[in-house]
Amino acid sequence: MSSITNIMIAGVGGQGTILAGRIISLLALKATYDVKVSEVHGMSQRGGSVLTQVRYGDEVHSPIIDPGEVDILLAFEKLEALRMLPLLKPLGRMIVNSQEIPPLPVLNGSMIYPADIDQRLQTFSGSLSLLNAYELALQAGNDKAVNTVLLGKLSQNMAFSLSDWHQAISAAVKPQFEELNLRAFDLGAAYDD
Amino acid sequence: MTKKLLTGNEAVARGFWQAGGKVVSAYPGTPSTEITENAAHYAELYAEWAPNEKVALEVALGAAVGGARSMAAMKHVGLNVAADPLFTAAYTGINAGLVIISADDPGMHSSQNEQDNRHYALAAKIPCLEPSDSAEALAFTELALDLSEEFDTPVLLRLTTRVSHGQSTVELSKRTEQSIKPYVRDIQKYVMAPAGARPRHAVLEKRMLELSAYAEKTEVNRLELRDKAIGIVCSGAAYQYVREALPQASVFKLGLVNPLPKQRLCDFSAAVEKLYVVEELDAFYEQQLKSWGIKCCGKELFSLLGEIFPPQIKTAITKQDTILHEETPNLPPRPPVLCAGCPHRATFTAIKKLKAPVMGDIGCYTLAAGPPLSAIDTTVCMGASVTMSHGLAKAQENAKVKPLSVLGESTFIHSGITGLINAVYNQAQITVVILDNSITAMTGHQHNPASGYNVRSLPAPVLDLAALSKACGVEYVKTVNPFDQKALTAALKGAQEFVGPAVIISKYPCILLPYVKRDKPLFVDWEICVGCKVCLSIGCPALSLKGTKTVIDSSQCTGCALCAGLCAKKAIYGRDNK
Ligand SMILES: Cc1ncc(C[n+]2csc(CCOP(=O)(O)OP(=O)(O)O)c2C)c(N)n1
Repeated sequence: MSSITNIMIAGVGGQGTILAGRIISLLALKATYDVKVSEVHGMSQRGGSVLTQVRYGDEVHSPIIDPGEVDILLAFEKLEALRMLPLLKPLGRMIVNSQEIPPLPVLNGSMIYPADIDQRLQTFSGSLSLLNAYELALQAGNDKAVNTVLLGKLSQNMAFSLSDWHQAISAAVKPQFEELNLRAFDLGAAYDD
Repeated sequence: MTKKLLTGNEAVARGFWQAGGKVVSAYPGTPSTEITENAAHYAELYAEWAPNEKVALEVALGAAVGGARSMAAMKHVGLNVAADPLFTAAYTGINAGLVIISADDPGMHSSQNEQDNRHYALAAKIPCLEPSDSAEALAFTELALDLSEEFDTPVLLRLTTRVSHGQSTVELSKRTEQSIKPYVRDIQKYVMAPAGARPRHAVLEKRMLELSAYAEKTEVNRLELRDKAIGIVCSGAAYQYVREALPQASVFKLGLVNPLPKQRLCDFSAAVEKLYVVEELDAFYEQQLKSWGIKCCGKELFSLLGEIFPPQIKTAITKQDTILHEETPNLPPRPPVLCAGCPHRATFTAIKKLKAPVMGDIGCYTLAAGPPLSAIDTTVCMGASVTMSHGLAKAQENAKVKPLSVLGESTFIHSGITGLINAVYNQAQITVVILDNSITAMTGHQHNPASGYNVRSLPAPVLDLAALSKACGVEYVKTVNPFDQKALTAALKGAQEFVGPAVIISKYPCILLPYVKRDKPLFVDWEICVGCKVCLSIGCPALSLKGTKTVIDSSQCTGCALCAGLCAKKAIYGRDNK
């Protein structure tokens, strides 16, 4: 089953994880892979944790990634990255938006947002990219573009061509946001860690 | 032919369209909602949001009897509401094809229970198809309509969350137009009074025998013979998990899950050394196999609860130990919350002051059950807030406060209205608070009879909830803006003192609706803030504690000023107002 690529996208409802999943799956489809995507909508949209899973390869059965089999974790928020960390392959890849979005128990003071997330993420045996995608998105023109910044960073180690990425983004976003998202993508793609 | 990545729900809508479908009626419910939203995009289809699932199924049945291929879509619990027409539609049969979609939710990603609706097919004696991916969701929807016409029966298409919301590749075809069949008056077939129904029951039983014979030959029930040491009976999402976990195992994949192909399953059990049944939720296949004397292993190994994933299948069947990978423990959880600026939060803030029992209902406002608001005592099923508080009041006759019923307008229209009629008729001592946010929000913003628009977002007549309540005979009816806390508190107090049922319509549109204007964000003046944390008691995600004082996240704050109203020190205000 090693011919399958497992990408997990974790974030907070409203951050655009679903769109990121759609763009990756469009690329994989264009590259003639078998593709399966799983996401759960509903309750979780209201500021809760959200998860999109994309799997592609020669033949994919389950749309769900087995725990411990994640090749790439695209985390839109630091706490969510830490939550999913044990599900990665030992030599997997992690791209993390360093933005902190405190969940309700933290907001109301009943729990604390862990202060040592960076250190705990650093212990990961695979590769880790920690970037402030929120800042880069603002730089591109809108904080809503966090997802395309992260996709830009992801694109650095993927087999898809830059023009394919651009095409997939243009196809997936509304025309009025195309330029913004392409700019955000390029910022992420140029980000060096 | 074009290949596309579709969700199972998109594929169902596409299949219905391709098969020459015409009429779709549905009530939203996760994970089924997008079927109807997508169906509404096809110009050839008539699609509508009905007020509830019973209405939706009856509309679809009427359309099928009227000669058009039709569909009713709902989530699993919706079929409880539509069960009445379901069982008798099985007697009458149809004219043009009728497919009923039940989207089940193993794991309860967004539901109040995880009932297994395959039982409905067995109990109502209708065929049930279960796809395992989007390509099958499309193909089985087409097949359902063909089967429906071939056997003159409604057909149930059972989806689960992972199939509804999972995406996989689908080959698209063109639409095959179906001419509308003539409507033929046939009293014996469609009037199910006892004299007509008795012979129809016989027809139903005979049809089931014919369907059992069909099950033995249909290609949607598929034998995949590989290594004969292990044989597995499965369907739906579980089929994909089995293929993932044990690619070498032989599989009998069921596409038609009711009635079962008894002979072929007996043959399969004889062909393999050890037979397993892998099915999520109930032992639906396993019990039937065992009742035929087939030895198999199912729920001894697999849970009746939640979903079953590949690692569990592999571990249970191969007895190999697998390393358990679990999410990092002891981290702060991230539950869904009422949005910043949500009008429901304002309503609950006033309700809490009454210290009355609050019978809740199902909608975004159910999120108020969690801390810190903790403002709801019960959530059972849609509409139950109105009826349960009436029952509670009858039980607690000597209680000093009237119990409250709290429900959204979509839920009120769905099934709260009958409870309200009952409350008036039987002189209930309750206060019903209708949270009217002008949209069915929880399921992702669907229009409803009170929102003023239809499923295609075209203008529609607006149901007047106050007039409706008065017409039911409620004498105390008040409509208030929940952000006017004084007015809402006064209205609630009046309702609690009023003898007889009272209705308060707490009206303010969902803050996520594009037309709703947001005010400038507020801020906390730290010179004044004493860190009493009263503002944090409303659970607004824009407010947080920084050290000993509160801060407001200006990117989230909508300026609703609910927190400002609670602050005794007046430490929260807008930059311009001081
Ligand atoms: C019988 C049934 N059908 C559908 C659902 C799915 N569902 C849950 S909440 C809800 C609608 C809530 O709308 P409303 O009452 O207006 O409250 P809001 O979410 O807008 O606050 C629906 C359709 C359900 N739980 N049960």
